[in-house]
Amino acid sequence: MFRDVTRVLTTGLLALALTAVAAKAEVESKDPIKLTLHDWTGQLITTRLMGETLKKAGYTVEYVQADYLAQFAGMKTGDLHVAMEVWATTAKEALDAAIAEGGVVNVGETGMQAIEDWWFPDYMKEKCPGLPDWEALKGCAEVFSIPETAPKGRYLGGPVTWGGYDEERVQALGLDFEVVHAGTDAAMFAELQSAYDRKAPILLWIYAPHWAPIKYKGEWVKFPPYEKACYEDPAWGVNKDAKYDCAKPRGPIYKAAWTGVAKKWPGAYKAIEAYQFTNDEIGELAAKVDLNGEKVEAVVDDWMAKNEPRWKKWLGR
Amino acid sequence: MSYAEASPSVAKWARPPVGRLLWPTVILATVALALAPAGALPAWTMKVPAAWQPPLAREISEFMRWLMDRASLSLFSVRDLTRAIAWTLELPLAAAKALLAAGIGGVVPPIPWLSLLLLGVAGGYAAGGARLAVLMAAGLLYLAVFGQWASAMITLASVLVSSLLGAAGGLLLGLACVRWRSLERAVGPILDLSQTMPVFAYLLPMLILFGFGPVSALIATVIYAMPPMVRVTILAIRAVPEEIRALGVMTGCTRAQTTWKMLVPSALPALMVGVNQVIMLSLNVVIIASMIGAGGLGYDVLAALRRLDIGAGLEAGLAITVLAVLLDRFAQALAAKTGAAPERDPRRLRRRRFALAAALAAAAGFWLLAAAAPALATYPDDWRLSTAPYWGDLVRWINVTFFGALEAMKTAVLLNVLLPVKRFLLALPWPWVIALVALAGVRLGGWRLGLLVGALALFVALSGLWPAAMTTVYLCGVSVAIAAAIGVPIGLAAAGRPRLWRAVETVIDTLQTLPSFVYLIPIVMLFRVGDFTALIAIVLYAIAPAIRYAAHGVARVPPALIEAGAMSGCTRRQITTRIRLPLALPDILLGLNQTVMLALSMLVITALVGTRDLGQEVYSALAQANVGRGLVAGLCVAFIGIIADRLIAAGAERTKRRLGLA
Repeated sequence: MFRDVTRVLTTGLLALALTAVAAKAEVESKDPIKLTLHDWTGQLITTRLMGETLKKAGYTVEYVQADYLAQFAGMKTGDLHVAMEVWATTAKEALDAAIAEGGVVNVGETGMQAIEDWWFPDYMKEKCPGLPDWEALKGCAEVFSIPETAPKGRYLGGPVTWGGYDEERVQALGLDFEVVHAGTDAAMFAELQSAYDRKAPILLWIYAPHWAPIKYKGEWVKFPPYEKACYEDPAWGVNKDAKYDCAKPRGPIYKAAWTGVAKKWPGAYKAIEAYQFTNDEIGELAAKVDLNGEKVEAVVDDWMAKNEPRWKKWLGR
Repeated sequence: MSYAEASPSVAKWARPPVGRLLWPTVILATVALALAPAGALPAWTMKVPAAWQPPLAREISEFMRWLMDRASLSLFSVRDLTRAIAWTLELPLAAAKALLAAGIGGVVPPIPWLSLLLLGVAGGYAAGGARLAVLMAAGLLYLAVFGQWASAMITLASVLVSSLLGAAGGLLLGLACVRWRSLERAVGPILDLSQTMPVFAYLLPMLILFGFGPVSALIATVIYAMPPMVRVTILAIRAVPEEIRALGVMTGCTRAQTTWKMLVPSALPALMVGVNQVIMLSLNVVIIASMIGAGGLGYDVLAALRRLDIGAGLEAGLAITVLAVLLDRFAQALAAKTGAAPERDPRRLRRRRFALAAALAAAAGFWLLAAAAPALATYPDDWRLSTAPYWGDLVRWINVTFFGALEAMKTAVLLNVLLPVKRFLLALPWPWVIALVALAGVRLGGWRLGLLVGALALFVALSGLWPAAMTTVYLCGVSVAIAAAIGVPIGLAAAGRPRLWRAVETVIDTLQTLPSFVYLIPIVMLFRVGDFTALIAIVLYAIAPAIRYAAHGVARVPPALIEAGAMSGCTRRQITTRIRLPLALPDILLGLNQTVMLALSMLVITALVGTRDLGQEVYSALAQANVGRGLVAGLCVAFIGIIADRLIAAGAERTKRRLGLA
């Protein structure tokens, strides 16, 4: 009896696979293109926009949940195919390493620009006059302190894996701050929400495009702008003996793919190359999901319906 | 003075005072070492020199790369083999998902909610009577009414498949262990490791071997959930009375017949306990599995908490708890039924059969109806409820109103307890700690135990992760102490009061199955990122066994002894402190053992709120795709767990012997 059930199920599944193949238009290969999903809304939207566009062209698309940095291991072997958001600020090194080892290719910029730096809510300007200029932080470390760090100020950095050289930055700029690492961005924004509700002091790592700088009023600290020399040459900048005495690099968000994509699905590869979006556009869509509680799928479908010329252009039609 | 008078005092002094003076001396020395000024000890005692550390992490990573890129088994590569395994395992998973969540071929819809509700209620009634049927109805309705149905079915599909694989695999492995003693000895340490090693540590090797996606999550889940089944099988089969085996031999059964027709059926009630554990543990890793592509409720919880939607996270988390409770009670009822005598009353039997057949027919009918009218297949959106907004508001209100008081409490604990303990442990030279561990092993369980725990501690030191390991010991140690201080009295108090016990049990069941991430985020809002937050989360999760074993231990104290105490005029207090507590001590120690294990398993979760211990090491290694580093850190966690387990078990054994219980 159990054997019958499995047989029926397998034939059913086979039939499903066959009908799915027959229904679609002509493309180079019907194998599913696997797009990776991570854990922030902007990326989910970007990926789905691309995936739905590819589906319109007749490709089979599969969305796969994968860790942001661990995905490169999967992409090198061809288990995963396309990553739509690889931020120059957080994953450039991992991406370059994967490209060097072979199997992964950089498909170019998405048009979105990543900002990642120290951020404070607007009400902190009263308590620490002189902000957003970074020099103001020298005088008001105590304002940002809590019992565990007192008399030092407390800066809530991202998860250790995000890197960012914040400890080095604190040293180099002579700031009286202690860097506390949140383990996830959920924990980070939980703290921000909590402090914001109480108008309590907080200084933390915030990145854009993200819903947080839309929901909360505040600004990024103005450090000396990033230059390549700042991260490589100690003599550069205010502190002549230390690197990292500047802001974090701002940079493009790249698309990355398995090298086999261009060969197996040339049309899809071209579409991925052509994909362009802006910070404001993605911020607006992400806010719909995170602040208004709409579903990612619904937001993407809505955008697809309203912007047909845009995605048709990506497909080269 | 005559010889006769002197002899007792000689005998008294002749006994070496080592035993009594040993620990006070050791403690004094330890404190002195911890307080020693910075330069007093040679540098190598504080920090293991890099030259002494074998490059284990790098070698594991290299090996993994070689295995995947070049290793070949003549006809095909290792990679082809693992991918073939993954493909095979994908089949039952795809089938379960098609049935419950996705539908077949776009023609047959997945089982509609009303059909499953009917089937669940009927199944509950058949297995456990009216009470279980009501529970089933309530649980499944929760899933439908709160909009968790679709995700819950994906989770259910993967939990069912992983439980089935875990239970069947565990049973077979257990049977093989019973048959071949040498296999049992080989499997033992592996079971220990897979129970104490954080899932995150072997997730990455799984991903590399079996590819990204639900199958890797499935395999990781099975590895995590299978060990109890193996252990239970070994115990249960061994416990089958000799007469039954003898009967098998006498009636001329083959070995296979003896195993499958006699041993397994007669051990079935005990085996069901193992199945139950497999289900529970599978649900425990739902969140972690969702991070690598299992989807379902775990993903919903994570996604909700990413956007700080605490209410939505809680509702999805509770849905996991509901699934756990339903599966658990159903399995328990089945186990009880297999042990009980069959229903004899023909009228009741007929009525039950009729009810079941009717429910089955209705479910099938509704399925057909849903195939014709797809709108019927899903629970109507308009009938949904959600309490999500209130929870967010509640946390906000507590945050704004009570932050001052909470902050004061946290600061007090942090400055007076946590930080001093942490400083003390980190100030100890590592050779001394290893010596202490080995000494404790020798005193509690003899030379073999001493050597074992000493060697494990040495591994941790030479891995180069000593500071992270000591942070781990500190965080877990304080958490376990607090959990025991709260849990044991609750267990003692609830043991004699059935109604209180039921309430307590509900709370601890919920705490254990509710994904800890759900309460982690509100705790971060109230207490900020840091060790205190981690401490609360660990205590909440690890308190359950402390309560359970204390209650169990007290309940097992023979009533005759208590009566004897009451007869000889003990007060209630004396009965508790002089009779109940000492006799329950071995059980309480075992509970402590479990508390340590759960505390260690929480470490990886608390890494998500920024602790800097071995959990963080494992988590970072996962994020950086560094197989070797993750495995080494995972092994360190496992070894700390095994050290604690062996020492406590030896202690419990000694106490038992002293009390004359063993």
